[in-house]
Amino acid sequence: MTTFKKKITLHDMCLRDGMHPKQHKITLDEMIDIATALENAGVPIIEVTHGDGLGGASVQYGFPAHSDEEYLTGVIESLTTTRVSALLLPGIGTLDHLKMAAGCGIGTIRVATHCTEADVSKQHIDMAANMGLDTVGFLMMAHLLTPKELLVQAKLMESYGANCIYCTDSAGYMLPKDVGDLVRLLREELKPETELGFHGHHNMAMGVANSLAAVEAGANRIDGSAAGLGAGAGNTPLEVFAAVLDRMGIDHGVDIFKLMDVAEDHVVPIMDEPIRVDRDSLTLGYAGVYSSFLLFAKRAAKKYGVSSQDILLEMARRKAIGGQEDMIEEVAMELRLSGA
Amino acid sequence: MTKRLRAAIIGPGNIGTDLLIKALRSKYIEPIWMVGIEESAGIQRATELGLKVSTSGIDGLLPYLQEDDIRIVFDATSAYVHKIHMEKLQDKNILMIDLTPAALGPFCVPPVNLDDLLSQQMPNNVNMVTCGGQATIPIVAAVSRVQAVEYGEIVATVASKSVGPGTRENIDEFTRTTSKAIETVGGAAQGKAIIVINPAEPPLIMRDTIHCVTRDSPDQTAIIESVAGMIREVQKYVPGYTLRHGPVFDNNTVSIYMEVEGLGDFLPKYSGNLDIMTAAALRTAEMFAETKLSADSARVV
Repeated sequence: MTTFKKKITLHDMCLRDGMHPKQHKITLDEMIDIATALENAGVPIIEVTHGDGLGGASVQYGFPAHSDEEYLTGVIESLTTTRVSALLLPGIGTLDHLKMAAGCGIGTIRVATHCTEADVSKQHIDMAANMGLDTVGFLMMAHLLTPKELLVQAKLMESYGANCIYCTDSAGYMLPKDVGDLVRLLREELKPETELGFHGHHNMAMGVANSLAAVEAGANRIDGSAAGLGAGAGNTPLEVFAAVLDRMGIDHGVDIFKLMDVAEDHVVPIMDEPIRVDRDSLTLGYAGVYSSFLLFAKRAAKKYGVSSQDILLEMARRKAIGGQEDMIEEVAMELRLSGA
Repeated sequence: MTKRLRAAIIGPGNIGTDLLIKALRSKYIEPIWMVGIEESAGIQRATELGLKVSTSGIDGLLPYLQEDDIRIVFDATSAYVHKIHMEKLQDKNILMIDLTPAALGPFCVPPVNLDDLLSQQMPNNVNMVTCGGQATIPIVAAVSRVQAVEYGEIVATVASKSVGPGTRENIDEFTRTTSKAIETVGGAAQGKAIIVINPAEPPLIMRDTIHCVTRDSPDQTAIIESVAGMIREVQKYVPGYTLRHGPVFDNNTVSIYMEVEGLGDFLPKYSGNLDIMTAAALRTAEMFAETKLSADSARVV
């Protein structure tokens, strides 16, 4: 396979994106157990802490079992080779959180904004790059933009100092051609040394196919999650994607059988519910809704006696973006009033 | 017309211009000067509206302070420049109303703590917190005046088009300043602020969700009444300040969902976040003027 000489870096999400389906309550012991098992399987980077990133602890998004600092310190101290990353959404997390996380020993920071709002990330990317961290610009809900529009935002993050840009399919809406078109243009137009990544959600069962399309178009970092544990129908199941890369002869450095064991023996047992494409998560992908709205919609549906699918469709109609969990409760109340 | 207190506005941008249009309607404030650093659309507009203008910054205004009897200066520039302005005005018997994030003076959220500020020795500089702070801290205070609030959290969702480059470059300042004021003005033991910037078209009207966690079980009747009263207070200067839902009670968590539509003076109506800043700044000036003018007339009598 001459087209795939480069090595693909796999980045596990189950201890950060996986916090969404766990309502941010993964215990520190569970985190350390899964983190060390992932290290043993050779996974090079894992992300931890609250699903909404540093500073996510809130009424709005949910309170985690432990503080960011406790998770970071506990996990980092238990690892020797695997690097730990943290996510930071400006508007939620701040430079103070970044300094704290750097002090705990993270190697990678991913600064995430809605795909049109990259200019709010300047101070965070700038500080992280100056600290010498592996600094990633993470453009969420990328399906909302054309490749040219996304490129403008990616260039901003690159100009602030990000050494890697992610195309993030937060809604699990994208199809392989969409991913290929976006990543290809970024590869052509960004600096050759800027790495590219793809973060998928499996709401349309496209996680693996989209990740492959990203690799073929020039991405070299791919997010996935052992057993798929992540928001919505989960992230790209990492062990499946690694197995596919193996079959294609693409180097990724992970022991796929050990990774399958991590998924089966360590991650599946902590799931509250099976992570699968159910009616609601498929609706997320189909309508282009932010994946972490899933449980909030299910809970609000129960509380107000309305349909969770209707809530999600209404969130799409109102063009809600990541972070607007408070609107879910409002929509549910309004649906009840309108007798829907 | 009765005597009005004379004012200058520094910063002829969107905020300064919106403030000017509001101030021109005021019964208590008479805007005299608009101060910029160069010829601009804002300076042009201020000239057309009959104001004296400076295009050489605050130095162009200083020689006329006494002659024009300027008593109030609104600063709609940036935190950095505000510090310089304050140094030049601090011994001039002027009230500086700071719309920047500099926060050199005490925070001012009119329906919550302006009476207190006025009843004491009024400081010569007050800071208007942030747009999210003006929209949410009255509600936090409405709950905390009923019973102890352990934790106050606000989520402000604003239209992308209403967030200027200054705020974008330093979004942490919003988070930090608002959190602090939720505690010091809102009365919550601990504060947290979140901002979400949404690019939807047509732009969404500013929305604010306020969550208060009370120490003891919430007194629902008293809280509902207190919140309603506070909303009426804010509506005196922001008519589009509207309760969408709530208060919703869930154990000790009280959630209130607000929408803030602006007057559409100079800024579009959806940018209630900017409108509530200029309206609160003018409200502060007016209440100060009312107190001053009644004190002055009492002295004359």
